[in-house]
Amino acid sequence: MKTKTAHLRVNPIMCEGHGLCAELLPELIRLDDWGYPIIDTAEVPPELLGLARRAADACPTLALLLDED
Amino acid sequence: MSATGTPASPPSSLPRVLQGLEDSHGPMDLAGHELLHGPLPEVQPERLIDMVERSGLRGRGGADFPTAIKLRAVASRRRMSCVVVNGSETEPASLKDHLLLARLPHLVLDGALLAAKAVGAGEVIVKLDQNAVEAAEGLQQAINQRDSLEMPISLGIGPDGYVTGEESAVIQFLNGRPAKPRFVPPRPFERGYRNRPTLVQNPETLAQIALVARHGAEWYRELGTAADPGSVLVTISGAVAYPGVYEMAFGTPMTDLIRAAGGETEPLQALLVGGYFGTWMPGAPAMDLRLARQELATLGCSLGAGVIIALGESACGLHESARIVDYLAGQSSGQCGPCVHGLAAIAGTFGALADGVAHGREYERLLRWCTEVRGRGACHHPNGVIRFVESALHVFHLDLQTHGAGPCPGRPAGLPLGPQVGWRSM
Repeated sequence: MKTKTAHLRVNPIMCEGHGLCAELLPELIRLDDWGYPIIDTAEVPPELLGLARRAADACPTLALLLDED
Repeated sequence: MSATGTPASPPSSLPRVLQGLEDSHGPMDLAGHELLHGPLPEVQPERLIDMVERSGLRGRGGADFPTAIKLRAVASRRRMSCVVVNGSETEPASLKDHLLLARLPHLVLDGALLAAKAVGAGEVIVKLDQNAVEAAEGLQQAINQRDSLEMPISLGIGPDGYVTGEESAVIQFLNGRPAKPRFVPPRPFERGYRNRPTLVQNPETLAQIALVARHGAEWYRELGTAADPGSVLVTISGAVAYPGVYEMAFGTPMTDLIRAAGGETEPLQALLVGGYFGTWMPGAPAMDLRLARQELATLGCSLGAGVIIALGESACGLHESARIVDYLAGQSSGQCGPCVHGLAAIAGTFGALADGVAHGREYERLLRWCTEVRGRGACHHPNGVIRFVESALHVFHLDLQTHGAGPCPGRPAGLPLGPQVGWRSM
């Protein structure tokens, strides 16, 4: 059975550092010293996929992108 | 060589791209160009791409990408494409592209026309920055000498700025938007100028294509090494007697390059290899280097767009680097938080370290910022700056300690910041 993978990435031009993503998905996203997201692990574990979708939807500038294969 | 249009005999050694430069003081005209190189050959698209592939030619704009792969990527698109000659030479210590466009424009245009035919393009645009006055004049004269019905060639002149020469920034500008990098994908070869597949190529790369088309892939590989075939234009400046642009075979020892540039004017403490996005090498190991990609890569170096700066022992590597980091941080296009804020913070702390007024904790924080900011911009600007910063901290680490203890005896080396107007020709 093929396992679906999902990857998070940020469009750094659209990102304005609101920080909702890090609040909603602290397991995968933290903020740097200036409030911009750092994604330490791009690949989303299956148990966090729902939260990752919520985080991408919640981004006020649609800068957080979830690529689902 | 005959004036009746028979092919010229291939140059047996150097110079290749710079052939004829010494005999002309302004732009070489079309008649002189054809006398020297022969007329523009007719080459079928697939054959040209095949020749470029067998030659092993790689891009000379800094990314060192295999040219044949780029040509195929654009040629394989179904829509009509476009060729952009990226003449935006924004690296302050690089002069080679402006030199080619100002003095040997027909060789570059030949390459552009050959590439245009190979990728099914309908037009060629040459992008320049506004300080490149001689290049614009040389090119305009050359364009006027050509038959414009063959293939429309136009000039696009954009603003100065370190990041304006980045591939996507060039496309943004030509599409009528500010000359700032965009988030990719899509890359220009997929959707670029007017949403068409666009081949963006460095002027030197195109000049090499123009010679490969005439003399063949085997001829191209007669110079250089098996891993790095051909010749390359290198701009060398700093503590050498005759700074300028030199054409060298790949694999040439660094000492030969320095000798060609008239030798060092004082003992060298370091070389900056690859320009301001490059890396510092300490003087002694630097003399053992060769202009060879793989060898440089194992030492964490890259030739970039062929830029070498020689730092004499009377200068201060930390202070020169601090000036450069300040300049580069200010050249951010301002679109991405990590770049804008991160580079400003990095430049500030680096300057404090150079002045000897930073705490030990600030040094650790600077290293952390470098690790965290890398890769988080839309383009490679923050990555290049961070590579430069890390190499400066490594090579000049002794200065970090002594600067804390007292004033530095170094004299300003005057490394260029911002666009350089004019050059010393060979």
